[in-house]
Amino acid sequence: MSAIWFVVLSAFIFCIGAAGVLTRRSPLVILLCLELMLNAGNLALIAFARMHGNGEGQIFALIVLVVAACEVVVGLGIVVAMYRRRLPIDVDAMSELRG
Amino acid sequence: MLFEQILFFLAGLVAVAGALGVVLLRNPFQSVLALVSHLIALAVLFLLLRAAFIAAAQVVIYASAVMVLYVFVVAYVGGSDEPLRRDEGGVVGSVGPLFALALFAELAIAIVGSSLTGLDSTGAEVGPAFGSPGQIGELLLTQFLLPFEAASFLLLIAAVGAVVLARKRRGLEESEEGPPTVSVGELARGKGPAQPDAAGGGQQ
Repeated sequence: MSAIWFVVLSAFIFCIGAAGVLTRRSPLVILLCLELMLNAGNLALIAFARMHGNGEGQIFALIVLVVAACEVVVGLGIVVAMYRRRLPIDVDAMSELRG
Repeated sequence: MLFEQILFFLAGLVAVAGALGVVLLRNPFQSVLALVSHLIALAVLFLLLRAAFIAAAQVVIYASAVMVLYVFVVAYVGGSDEPLRRDEGGVVGSVGPLFALALFAELAIAIVGSSLTGLDSTGAEVGPAFGSPGQIGELLLTQFLLPFEAASFLLLIAAVGAVVLARKRRGLEESEEGPPTVSVGELARGKGPAQPDAAGGGQQ
């Protein structure tokens, strides 16, 4: 399999994720779509690592994995805090930043 | 070679179907399950690209640990179905898919038209140790020691931040909101203080 197939597939998955971020309203689903976009980036990184034949792209993918885990933890923490404060779980309703 | 191609198309199909499921399914629970199937299909693709350690980490960390966290939060908040944004005539809701299509067309043109000659080849010759835990560990502890340490600090900060964000702040919330107030008129009409169900509208 040539690397171009993997890169095109990753571009397609990235665009699906971008469409989800733009059209969905629940912050939970928006976080899921962010995961899609990050994983598409990972697929492209690993495809290019295979193309060049060195492992540095895989290290990048591993770091992206860690950053994505952190992003999930903080994002879900914000969702739980929204729920505790009886705010609607809807990104359109959260239009201002206030402590 | 043929086996590799069949595996690629099967895994790619499952990955795209899972991604579409995440975006299109209305119930957040089903979205999370679609994402799990998507992630496992991606792990198969990583194996095809000789990234054995990343594939294992993907299954262990992402498809299980992170997704369990998602399922817990969806169950806690209440996985209520949401209406489509298009119902309210939002501009972004109708332009969003068009934007994504335009982005894909742009990316495809960029990939196909790029002058990277290696894109059409199967890749450089690699030894059997390529992508093994040994090679990844050696790279992480020699050449990429600083990103490795930064990632560990980032994990620590995220853990502390999640605890701070999601803990129950007893003193703070009471002083901010005060005791729940109910006016006499609301009592007469049979209303109590705000119910938690009004926010999430689901099971607790």
